[in-house]
Amino acid sequence: MVAPKVISRKATTSKDLEKEYKWGFVTPIEPDLAPKGLNEDIVRLISRKKNEPEWLLEWRLKAYRYWTSLKYGEPRWAKVSFPPIDYQDIYYYSSPFKEKRPESLDEVDPELVEAFRKLGIPLEEQKKLTGVAVDAVFDSVSVATTLQKTLEEHGIIFCSVSEAVEKCPELVRKYLGSVVPYTDNFFASLNSAVFSDGTFAYVPPGVRCPVELMTYFRINTEGSGQFERTLIIADKGSYVSYLEGCTAPMRKTHQLHAAVVELIALDDAEIKYSTLQNWYPGDKEGRGGVYNFVTKRGKAAGRNSKVSWTQVETGSAITWKYPSVILQGDNSVGEFYSVALVNNHQQADTGTKMIHLGKNTRSTIIAKGISAGQGSNTYRGLVKIMPSAANARNFTRCDSLLIGDKCAAHTVPYIEVRNPTARMEHEATTSKVSDDQLFYLRQRGITEEQAQYMIINGFCRGVFQELPFEFAMEASQLLKVSLEGAVG
Amino acid sequence: MTSRGANHNRPLLEVRDLHVSVGSVEILKGLNLTVNLGEVHAVMGPNGSGKSTLTNALAGKPEYAVTEGKVLYRGKNLLEMLPEERAREGLFLAFQYPVELPGIRVREFLRTALDALREHRGLDKGSLREFNKLLQEKAKELGLDEELVKRSVNEGFSGGEKKRHEILQMAVLDPELALLDETDSGLDIDALKVVADAVNKFRKPDKAILLVTHYQRILNYVTPDFVHVLIDGRIVRSGGRDLALELEAKGYEWIRDAVESGREISV
Repeated sequence: MVAPKVISRKATTSKDLEKEYKWGFVTPIEPDLAPKGLNEDIVRLISRKKNEPEWLLEWRLKAYRYWTSLKYGEPRWAKVSFPPIDYQDIYYYSSPFKEKRPESLDEVDPELVEAFRKLGIPLEEQKKLTGVAVDAVFDSVSVATTLQKTLEEHGIIFCSVSEAVEKCPELVRKYLGSVVPYTDNFFASLNSAVFSDGTFAYVPPGVRCPVELMTYFRINTEGSGQFERTLIIADKGSYVSYLEGCTAPMRKTHQLHAAVVELIALDDAEIKYSTLQNWYPGDKEGRGGVYNFVTKRGKAAGRNSKVSWTQVETGSAITWKYPSVILQGDNSVGEFYSVALVNNHQQADTGTKMIHLGKNTRSTIIAKGISAGQGSNTYRGLVKIMPSAANARNFTRCDSLLIGDKCAAHTVPYIEVRNPTARMEHEATTSKVSDDQLFYLRQRGITEEQAQYMIINGFCRGVFQELPFEFAMEASQLLKVSLEGAVG
Repeated sequence: MTSRGANHNRPLLEVRDLHVSVGSVEILKGLNLTVNLGEVHAVMGPNGSGKSTLTNALAGKPEYAVTEGKVLYRGKNLLEMLPEERAREGLFLAFQYPVELPGIRVREFLRTALDALREHRGLDKGSLREFNKLLQEKAKELGLDEELVKRSVNEGFSGGEKKRHEILQMAVLDPELALLDETDSGLDIDALKVVADAVNKFRKPDKAILLVTHYQRILNYVTPDFVHVLIDGRIVRSGGRDLALELEAKGYEWIRDAVESGREISV
């Protein structure tokens, strides 16, 4: 397969920004905004803006009513703290398009194309990234999806969810909410009511998707929330590798990002899902930054199916996410590879859930947490072996690396075994970058700063090697930028 | 005393009245030593005499505090330089206890180090192909498995592999002054010969070696120009190859007694 070219992040010209968060620019676009606040009318308005069928509006309204019935608000069991969120002070719909969605890129505001170019995502067909089809989502709306022709030749559907509702309503209706129901949790309910856009992908039986599919998410408008919804279906015997990247401008106020991702792998199908999460983390004092409250879950529904999550989480003020796998089909496989980094005042509570239902199901969890500055990093993971899951196996490894003496790392594994044939392994370590390691590298002529990065990169190797090659290079760059000021 | 290829006009390393403490304990108590280009010096001494303190202090390990004295490297003040600057100036330490670096592969590690050194020397980065060839060649000479360069540095290496890997680094990075800190300990006789061969190959008129050891065994294969006996933080006697043999025959107590009773000390 062609090595995909991914986001080059030499984006802005401002020297100041390069020292901190390089993707913090604001695009001067007058958005089509729905009024602030949330009520049934807003839900109806979003649905109308998108020309949705009646069943989808009904589903949204059910979700909204369920959400308003929840008495306790956000889940508070995670090891993160934040002041109460005023859900009436958020824009739930912000579109860069005044009128209807543009038919071709020529109709797209050049400012918008420029915004993505700055992020290293050219949308023009002639400049498109080789080997990657990109869906660019700006605030609430998908701007453009590249490489359509190549994908169509293989019968692959890759478009925004809004388009999918028009193109293949039966697929959307069948699978939307099938892995993450609107009753799942507070943020999933909210997302189900107001989700704006997101990515849809369907790979037909026996097709190995020839390119990487990628979505680039960008929050622009101040005070707007981003509630995208991603739905990926790999039909029997198919394979797809999907990447997502995300950035936001620097803002003094917090922005809410509450996405839902659902993956479905049928018999013998495989979905590989990679994330580079680089939302604005807030400044050094902890002002501003994105609240990243995300529900991601895959269902390895078919026999011999496989769902694999790889995430590199460096951004956001707070990260609350647990990409999980329901191992339903016999012999199905679930994987979770994660690097989560916190610096300054960032907080992360992230991990996974592996729910074993089928026979001979196997799951692997490799979680690497890096804590620097005054960051707080928690791995929280559940491995559940149900009575039906004979001969299930799980291997879990959680490593924490501490940089400095004001940060924190926590590991909270939950293991529930209800079948005696299960085999479980759990390993956990906590370490610091040792003086002896630094001296060894420096004695060979390597500067202290570079030595630190080499050690940190080495720590992440097991996860980075799961990423597509150029994404891995990108990830290690991202780590370096995110740690600026913490090492050296 | 003769020394092969010695160039007495060009002292590479001059150590004058060196005092080094670790924590509140003074370990080196006024050490003097001059190493010229082309020379091989062996520093021998019993456990706790300060051998490793000498090599670590010269390499600039942070917890080794120099409290008095001076060290010149090619006439420049070595003690002012950061560890990485010393390395770039050509000083190499083969560690007694090499540390593990999880996830950092030998090949990338050495390539990064070599690039840093070459940049300092004003050379271009060599091609990856040449580097791989060099690495493979040197690893083979040291009898190291070719898969070793793909493994994480020192992780899961046997004791012998760790020591040979240190010498592999010396051969690839091609320093000017090699400090070998008990590189011979823990090697069986075959491995010792292989390591000695590599050290002899490194030995040239424009290089120098300071070999720190507890046993004279390696000196059967690497013939030193000078042998120094280090006891209680000072060099108490210096001589040629014969001193090492005498030491082996009579033990360190013999020297200690000789020093304490105030008999002749040749420096």
